[in-house]
Amino acid sequence: MLKVIAPGFYTTLQDAGRRHWRHKGVPVSGTMDDLARHHVNTLLENPSDAAVLEITMTGPKLLFEQDTYICISGADISPGLNENPIQLYQVYKVVAGDLLSFGKLVKGFRTYLGIKGGFQTEAVLGSASQYPPVTEKKTIEENAGLSYPKVSHFEPRIPQIKTEDYLDALEIEVTEGPEWDLLTDTQKKLLFATDFTVSKENDRMAYRLEEKIGEHSYSMLTSAVLPGTVQMTPEGKLIVLMKDGQTTGGYLRILQLSTRAIAVMAQKKTADTLRFKRIQIR
Amino acid sequence: MSQFPITLKSFGKTAILIEWPRQVDEAVLKHILTYQHFLKTKLEDSWEMIPAYNSLTLINSYADFDYQKMRDQLFSWYEMPKPELHLKQHLWKLPVCYDLEFGIDLEAVAEALLLPIPEVIRKHTSHVYTVYGIGFLPGFMYLGGLPNALEIKRKKTPRLRVAKGSVGLAGKQTGVYPQDSPGGWNIIGRCPVPLFNPHAADPCFASVGDKIQFIPIERAEYELHKIEAEVGIYTPEKEEFHA
Repeated sequence: MLKVIAPGFYTTLQDAGRRHWRHKGVPVSGTMDDLARHHVNTLLENPSDAAVLEITMTGPKLLFEQDTYICISGADISPGLNENPIQLYQVYKVVAGDLLSFGKLVKGFRTYLGIKGGFQTEAVLGSASQYPPVTEKKTIEENAGLSYPKVSHFEPRIPQIKTEDYLDALEIEVTEGPEWDLLTDTQKKLLFATDFTVSKENDRMAYRLEEKIGEHSYSMLTSAVLPGTVQMTPEGKLIVLMKDGQTTGGYLRILQLSTRAIAVMAQKKTADTLRFKRIQIR
Repeated sequence: MSQFPITLKSFGKTAILIEWPRQVDEAVLKHILTYQHFLKTKLEDSWEMIPAYNSLTLINSYADFDYQKMRDQLFSWYEMPKPELHLKQHLWKLPVCYDLEFGIDLEAVAEALLLPIPEVIRKHTSHVYTVYGIGFLPGFMYLGGLPNALEIKRKKTPRLRVAKGSVGLAGKQTGVYPQDSPGGWNIIGRCPVPLFNPHAADPCFASVGDKIQFIPIERAEYELHKIEAEVGIYTPEKEEFHA
C-alpha cells in the first residue's frame, strides 16, 4: 500500500479516462496532462493507460509500505524522497518505509506520480479515474491506502529522458470549432491577437479566461462537446473545457484544442497567459 | 422516410459532427437515431456516438481517420435508401412527490403561472416528454414537450445546492437533477428513482429518444421507493414502444 499521510491540495487517481459512456452524460476524465502520464508510464514500462496520481499545485506526503519503482513527470513541485531532492523523468527505486514529499511549486501546475505496474484501483465504467458520482471519492484522502504491486527488481531500459519543456509554453494549438463560421472577422482576429489570462475559475472541468472577444446573439441547440472544446458565451467570454468537462453544451464551440494543447493548458494556473495558435490537421 | 439535409463538420482530430436542421422536432430526432442505428452496423466499436436534439457527434479517440474519406462515406450512407426501421424505445414512468417540502418553489411557480398548485401538478404529470439529449451531468436528461402553460424563467439567483432527484422547470424544459448540484431551475418536486447508477450494467436506464412521464405519488410512497432504490430492488415502470 501507499499510505496517504497528507493528501495535498487536490490529488486524484487518473488513467487514460472513461470512454463509451458520454452518451449517458459521463465525462471522459483521465489525466489532464496526457503527455506527462505517457512519459512516466513509458519510463516504468507500464501500459500507457496505467493509473497514476495527478498532483495539483501542492504535493501530498506518501509513505511506501512495499518496494517498488517510481517516476515523476509534469510540473516541478520539488519532489523529495526521504527529504532528498529527486529528478523528474527519472526512475527511482523505493523501499518499504520510504517517504515521498513535495515542496515549492517551481514550474507548471500538475505533476504525476507513476508507479511500476500502475495503481491497482477498481475500475468503474472502464476507468479508475476519480470523478464523483462515478467513483465514490473525489480525491485521495488522509490515511487512505493505495494499492500497487510489490516490485523488488526492475531494470528500466531507459532510466531517464529529457523532455521538451512545455510547462511555460505560451501557445495553445487549436483548430476551428464547429461554430467558427458564426464569428465576425473582428472576433476571429481577436482570438489570435489577444493574450488571454487564466481566471480564478479553473479546474479539471474547465478553464475560464478573463478577456472578452465581443458579444454574439446566436442561439444553438445543446450538442456534444469534447475535452479541449473552447466555448464562447453570449457576452463573449471563453471557456476551455477540460477532462472532467460536461459532455454536452449550448455555447458556441469556436475552437478545439489538440491533445498536446490540452496537456499544455493543464499546466497553466490562475493569472497565466496564453495565446491561441491555429494549426492544420487535415 | 423523407430525408432532411445534413451537414458534416470536422470537430478536432478525433470527431465528426453531423447536423440536421436546427429545430426541436421528433421527426428530426427519429432521423438521427435511425442513422445512428445504421452507423452502429457499419462503424467499428471504437466509435462513440452522441446524439442530441439536431446533431450526432462521432468520436474516435483510438485511431486516426481520414476525414475526407469518412465524410464522403457518411454522406453516401445517409443517402442510401434504408428500410423503415422500428427502433425499440421505452416510455419510463417516473414517480414524483410534489410535497411542498420537496417542491420548494412550487408555491411561487403556481403564483407566477396563475395556476392552482394541483393544476401545476396535473399539467406536469399529464404530458409525455421526449429525451432529446443526455448530458450536463451523468444521467441528466434534456426533456422536450413541456406544455406552454408551465413555461417559467429560471431563477434569478441559482441555488448553490439543489438536492439529488429534484424535479425542475426552466424555460421550455423540465428535468430531474441526477445528483446534488448547483442549479437555477424552479424546483416543484422530487423523484426517488436514481437516474444514474455507475454500478449498473447501463448507468442510466433512459436513452435519447425515450419518453418520460411523471406520476404523482404521496410522501409515504416516496419513502418506500427511496428505500427500495437504496437496496437495489426498485426499477422504474416502463412500456416499450416503436418509433
